[in-house]
Amino acid sequence: MTTLLINISGLLLIAAIVWWFWLAQSGQDKASVNVGDEQTEILVRDGVYEPDHIRLPAGKPATLYFRREDPSPCAEYVLFPDLEVSAQLAVGERTQVQLPAAEPGKYPFTCQMQMYRGSLTVE
Amino acid sequence: MPDKTNRSESTPVESRTFRLEGVTCAGCVRSIESALDAVPGVAEARVNLADRTLAVSGSATDDECIAAVEAAGYGAERVRSSERERREQQHAEEQRHYRSLLLRCFLALGLGVPLMAWGLLGGEMMVNSPAQQLAWGTVGLLTLGVLVYCGGHFFSGAWRAFRHHNANMDTLVALGTGAAWLFSMAVVIVPQALPEMSRHVYFEASAMIIGLINLGQALELRARGRTSAAVEKLLELQDPTARVVRDGEERDLPLEQVQVEDLIRVRPGEKIPVDGTVEEGRSLVDESMLTGEPVPVNKGEGDSLSAGTLNKNGTLLFRAEKVGADTRLAQIIEMVKNAQSSRVPIARLADRISAIFVPTVMIIAVLAALAWYNFGPEPRAAHVLVVLTAVLIIACPCALGLATPMSVMVGVGKGAEHGVLIRNGKALQQASKLDTLVVDKTGTLTEGEPRLTEIEADDSFDGTGDELLQLLASLEQGSEHPLAAAVVAAARDRNIEFLRTEDFEAITAHGVSGRVDGRALLLGNRKLMQRENIDTGSWDKRVKQLGEEGRTAMYAAVDGRMAGIIAVSDPLREDAKAAVARLQQLGVRIEMLTGDNEGTAHAVARQLGIDRVHAELQPEDKEKIIGELQQSGEQVGMAGDGINDAPALARADVGFAIGAGTDVAIETADVTLMRSSLHGVADAIALSRATLRNIKQNLFGAFIYNTLGIPIAAGVLYPFTGALLSPVIAGAAMAMSSVTVVTNANRLRFFQPEGSNPAVTAKNSAKSGEAQ
Repeated sequence: MTTLLINISGLLLIAAIVWWFWLAQSGQDKASVNVGDEQTEILVRDGVYEPDHIRLPAGKPATLYFRREDPSPCAEYVLFPDLEVSAQLAVGERTQVQLPAAEPGKYPFTCQMQMYRGSLTVE
Repeated sequence: MPDKTNRSESTPVESRTFRLEGVTCAGCVRSIESALDAVPGVAEARVNLADRTLAVSGSATDDECIAAVEAAGYGAERVRSSERERREQQHAEEQRHYRSLLLRCFLALGLGVPLMAWGLLGGEMMVNSPAQQLAWGTVGLLTLGVLVYCGGHFFSGAWRAFRHHNANMDTLVALGTGAAWLFSMAVVIVPQALPEMSRHVYFEASAMIIGLINLGQALELRARGRTSAAVEKLLELQDPTARVVRDGEERDLPLEQVQVEDLIRVRPGEKIPVDGTVEEGRSLVDESMLTGEPVPVNKGEGDSLSAGTLNKNGTLLFRAEKVGADTRLAQIIEMVKNAQSSRVPIARLADRISAIFVPTVMIIAVLAALAWYNFGPEPRAAHVLVVLTAVLIIACPCALGLATPMSVMVGVGKGAEHGVLIRNGKALQQASKLDTLVVDKTGTLTEGEPRLTEIEADDSFDGTGDELLQLLASLEQGSEHPLAAAVVAAARDRNIEFLRTEDFEAITAHGVSGRVDGRALLLGNRKLMQRENIDTGSWDKRVKQLGEEGRTAMYAAVDGRMAGIIAVSDPLREDAKAAVARLQQLGVRIEMLTGDNEGTAHAVARQLGIDRVHAELQPEDKEKIIGELQQSGEQVGMAGDGINDAPALARADVGFAIGAGTDVAIETADVTLMRSSLHGVADAIALSRATLRNIKQNLFGAFIYNTLGIPIAAGVLYPFTGALLSPVIAGAAMAMSSVTVVTNANRLRFFQPEGSNPAVTAKNSAKSGEAQ
């Protein structure tokens, strides 16, 4: 009985991992935040961008404001690989990141090691 | 305040900016502003809530302002506006972080090492009696303290990431150490719930892992600092102040306050602070840091100066033309920084794996644990815990993620040190694969400054050679063609007076036409004469003969009749032959492009050992030739410096803009060579190959590490060794794997591009020796 219970909970755990980290993630886009105004900062702290799902209007260059609070070197760079944009973020400071006008679509942004991840929706 | 006058001298009255801490609402803004208004000497204080900054103008000192903010219950720090000062601040920040990582490491190991030693020396790690429960319970609480204080950031990071449907390294560390602690605590509190053989505690594993991973991060931070050494060096080229002459008075001003049009004085031994043009004085300027050119350049009135170069022996007074982010040096730094953090296509697979890595490892850990639970020998519960923890901890997404960026960082930086600016990771990768290099002859293989060698007048021309030169030089005055400059210069040398020119017209790839002193003139190649129906008679033979000697001859016609020829020759660059040989040694085939006639082109090619030549080209042909080479499956690089080359540079797989070049060429180029030498191309190719090799080593290492480490941690070796991998060893391996990757990338710092040609290095060092 215990064996069965443990096996079932193990399998349920795997299902939960798949659901939470891969399947449920795609539902997050609705929760994305409009950025591109001076008041909205993207906080870089404790392994995540906050907000991590952001939105910008298409066809216009934009400026994002990142504030890095995590001194660990992982957080040092933010990259938008598809837009060929990257910026070095200074600890404890607000860093401007200029984005070129982009076509509508989804553009991931990450740290160098892809541990910090976020997604920019241009629409 | 007795020292008031003193102070106002030392403190500028301009406004300053402070960074605020602890400011959250409009209430804070009011209290800070009113606190500062009360400080004597503060003219105005304004808080920007969005920026969390405070701007203060007035004569109050920085310390007084900071004290006022602190008295109001907040923190403030002066914002450093120059890039270099900011960099220093970041260094201090990094140093703080490094020390805190080390402290956490020592605390955690301070608990973990004695516990592990106790276990290894045969001490009891099982919980079977109430006394043991009490003793291990105390150790468990101490370990909890270590987890919270030394590893709290892993747990908070993991939780935050989890809420964002994200999993990262923190997740793995938190799960691994958390699982070990929870299991051990369960053993301590309810030992009877577990079979006797499984009542083992693993507090030492939790503490050791936290300690080792902090150590790994500290070492990694150190090693990473060295990867940005190149940008650091470039930043150090900038002096923080400049001596500005305003209203006849010389003042040392911080660099950020220097404005365009300011007059600046530079004394011997000082660095040029901003870009500008010399107005007064003469001096040798060492530009090697920007151009790689070891011989100092003589600068006088009207010559341009670049920020970061070194004034050697004279005093110069110059006018600032570009300041701050607009200087060449600043743009180079910006370009290098951008390239350093760009992606390399080869890393795409690693990127894709990193994206799904952590959840995958979690699933593997659960599967391995289940396997041990269902099929493993006793003590099963303990085995399950060890396998689970070891798999979670040994898996290292960092090594995978760091593999490419670190090598690119060092490789691109190394390039900058040698005057090779690589635009991005893609260009770096492409350059390593080149098998053909297309080279524009003029300015790349030759000096690009032709000299007049022949002027021969036709018998039917009513005048001497000098008179013909007078006409042609007058015509060419309006032309920007390099050959024109040679004709004009020759006329000046012979003190020939220039005549009035009308209707000047440059006919692309043909020549020029116009009216001088009322006479209709044509000067250009054979095509131009054919187009205008002018009989070139026996001159064709002479032109061909000159061409074979490597000279470019042009036909001149006056009033519709052949009047003679002039020939110019563009001397070969001193180092072109060695550079071509070096490129061929690297396995790169060279093809030469030129607008010159076949004869001249082949003469040059022969001297340099180039086998394929495309001569008599129109500008648009260059692009076409590159396209054709690409279609035949070759990876084609293009080296050139002119505006005409821009489309060809863009078309090539890798475009190398040579020398100071034109802005257009540099914007289009994938690689910009600060030094006007083909050696730069060889350097770039050698460097890109070394970098790619380094990236491959790193990627291979990271893949192998994970693909071997995870199964070993899962216990595949158990049937042979009879033991499971200790989670502590897994932690050590994980911490070391990322350090190894960064260290391997750092090896690139010892790359010497000219190593393949010791003669050049020797020559260069001899040259710089002479210069001093």
